[in-house]
Amino acid sequence: MSEQFNLHVNGKPHQVQAEGSTPLLYILRNDLKLKGTRFGCGAGHCGACTVLLDNKAVQSCDTPLWSVVGHQVSTIESLGDAKAPGRLQKAFIEMQAAQCGYCINGIIMAAEALLRANPDPSDADIVAALERNLCRCGTHVRVLQAIQHAVRSTGAAQ
Amino acid sequence: MSAPKALPQSLQTNPLLSTWVRILADHTVQVFSGKVELGQGIVTAMAQIAAEELDIGFDQLRITSGDTRVSPDEWYTAGSQSIEVGGAAMRLVCAEVRSLFLAQAAIQLGENVQNISVHRGQFSSAKGSTSYWEMRDLVDLGRAFSASATPKSHGLHAVVGRPAARLDIAAKVSGAAFVQDMELPGMLFGRILRPPTLGTTLLSLDAEQIRKMPGVAHVLVSGSFVGIAALREEQALKALEKARSLARWSEAPGMPEPGDIAEVLRHLPSTRAVTYSQGDEPSGRADKGFTASYSRPYLAHASIGTSSALAQLEAGQLTIWSHTQGPHHLRAQIAKVMQMPLEAVNIIHRDGAGCYGHNGADDVALDAALLARACAQPVLVVWTREDELVWSPSGSAMLVEMKASLDANQQLSAWSHELWSHTHIKRPGWAEGVNLLAAWHMDPPHPVPPAKDMPLPAGGGDRNAIPLYNIPRVEVVYNFIADMPLRVSALRTLGAQTNVFAIESFLDEIASEVGIDPVEFRLRHQSDPRARAVIEAAAKAAGWRTGAIGDEARGMGMGFSRYKNMSAYCAVVTEIEVTQSIRVLRAVAAVDAGQIVNPDGLRNQIEGGILQAISWTLKEAMHWDRERLTSRSWEDYPILRFDEVPAIEVVLIDRPDLPGLGAGECAAGPTSAALGNALFQAMGLRMRDLPLTPERIARALA
Repeated sequence: MSEQFNLHVNGKPHQVQAEGSTPLLYILRNDLKLKGTRFGCGAGHCGACTVLLDNKAVQSCDTPLWSVVGHQVSTIESLGDAKAPGRLQKAFIEMQAAQCGYCINGIIMAAEALLRANPDPSDADIVAALERNLCRCGTHVRVLQAIQHAVRSTGAAQ
Repeated sequence: MSAPKALPQSLQTNPLLSTWVRILADHTVQVFSGKVELGQGIVTAMAQIAAEELDIGFDQLRITSGDTRVSPDEWYTAGSQSIEVGGAAMRLVCAEVRSLFLAQAAIQLGENVQNISVHRGQFSSAKGSTSYWEMRDLVDLGRAFSASATPKSHGLHAVVGRPAARLDIAAKVSGAAFVQDMELPGMLFGRILRPPTLGTTLLSLDAEQIRKMPGVAHVLVSGSFVGIAALREEQALKALEKARSLARWSEAPGMPEPGDIAEVLRHLPSTRAVTYSQGDEPSGRADKGFTASYSRPYLAHASIGTSSALAQLEAGQLTIWSHTQGPHHLRAQIAKVMQMPLEAVNIIHRDGAGCYGHNGADDVALDAALLARACAQPVLVVWTREDELVWSPSGSAMLVEMKASLDANQQLSAWSHELWSHTHIKRPGWAEGVNLLAAWHMDPPHPVPPAKDMPLPAGGGDRNAIPLYNIPRVEVVYNFIADMPLRVSALRTLGAQTNVFAIESFLDEIASEVGIDPVEFRLRHQSDPRARAVIEAAAKAAGWRTGAIGDEARGMGMGFSRYKNMSAYCAVVTEIEVTQSIRVLRAVAAVDAGQIVNPDGLRNQIEGGILQAISWTLKEAMHWDRERLTSRSWEDYPILRFDEVPAIEVVLIDRPDLPGLGAGECAAGPTSAALGNALFQAMGLRMRDLPLTPERIARALA
């Protein structure tokens, strides 16, 4: 049955009408028009749809709508846009850390969760944080460099 | 200038200058390319070439690619041909456009052309200044290319040859950017129910039950094609699951006995042909003879985003937004299946996830078209992950049997490369017939066209089968397997990855047998200075030690090839550590791609090629049982993960005075061979069948 749900996404309240079992991914993309969160597998295996739920990385393709009520959801759009990119987005652009770019937003959100929990992660911490993310183009080395770059530039700014 | 027949193919097909370049009233220049963005950075490289030759700023340039309404027909974006062919055409056209405007500027300014400089589209001299935009009505670009101008020499390049930030990345890392992200008013969400395997047909489906489900707008059943459109995406998915549970299918025709891929290929019917032969069989008995066989399994393209298309039928015009690699070919195939005039079909390229060859991009465009017509509403179709793995074509499996002889001087005297494989290209528009999935399933069906591989010199299954070494006698034999147990078509490098793996492994084996360092052995058979240069550069950068042997755990190996024997040269050295599995510590590549357009873009492509090849070589294989493919999710088809990534170093050898060479695929074969050779150096263990998984290594050691 379709019901009304009150959500908090990117710091703002939203009301949506859908079945409670609907994957969060489709609510974000189709109801809230937040298209930066991408479908990859629908089974939580690839990480393309990663968003933050109260600062923790989750796969929105297998997170049901009902379960996010009362929590803060953050998507890639909350970090910045093409004109004013956030620190991770900026680092990925500077390092040209994308080929097709389809997996990148999920990777950035997994990295964002890491940096919120640990502002000074080791290389091993970064690799571990990307445990659930796949990239097919082979951009891995640049992705790791971009996250390291974001960590360093944030450190320098403080 | 060269004779017209030496012109790039793209320019022969599309000679009108206005097909490529238009000067717009808003102080920009619009260029059109038929080569499309696949995540390889081609649109940025094309923009660099156009900006360079026209002498305009990046910000003054608009580029449209792969739109059949306006873009030149440039075949497929494939085979590492975009810079070699599309880039060469763009360079020639833009140079001619600039020279026509320069001549006009000379008239306007009453000045000699030598005294006019061009900067940001302004033509200036001591006598005054004009611009592309002031002269746009005075120079007619509706004329054929006439080879009247010479492109800039490399010494004058200010844009080409320097790193340029990709034009598309900022948008992709912040929001909507892909075809999957598009929306039109009234758009429905579509999903397709595919048969469980190739060759099964739909016996029955109670479509009424599905039509009653919430949000379902349309269920299209035509033969064995079942398309569903719904108001909401999750409703389309629920309807798809319901349809899956209700559909009854004919019995599966059965798959070959799973197991050893070499046995599977040997047992399928094949036709034998010698596709290359040079020299005569050496007279007398060879000093030493060698044989070995190598194989690779079927591989998935495994795009991270699933295939998707948006279609709209409005006022008799069918418009499809698609991540196809060949918009004009797709247009013709769709028009045929939809029984519409060509002029009524428009394909507009929009970026999708990386495809690495022929995935489901074209098929899903027809899926969307059929649903959009049935619903009379725009429909966005997105394949499921299972569709993507099972129904996208796989890369063909291969078996290669090698034979070689050495003479008394330990030089190779004869070489035979005999391979077994299916076609490596079955794209829509390649050969006759319709190569679109829904066309085979709908009623009446289009027959599945017969398989036909790409012939040498580019080659399909035999791509790179001719060794690029000095060997007097060489023979390549192709046992072509026309029928396929699963759908196959072009996967990045076609047969080159396996052929180079076989050649370079075999060379390594022979070198080891006769006690010659493998790098030294390659150089003794190599007289092409560019080939020698990449082999030597990779060895040097990797710290290759002549005659080194492993310590039962660590080892280094090398692989080399010139892609297609006519594109970029690449040598790769990998260093590995073997514990329970192969851990790649480092990969070092040296690449000569002729003149480099975007060094950073080229590096990105090489790094990606190396990592993808590590994934193929160490982990990947399509699996099946007697009934169907069992690789249906990422759990059943694992690929490289972040904790398996080595350090990578890429040495670029720039040849600014030589033509650009396609480089997007050059690293795969050398990387695969380098891994096998490193395993041998580390442990003395020679593994000839891919993938080199921990289970297989354990079995080989047992």
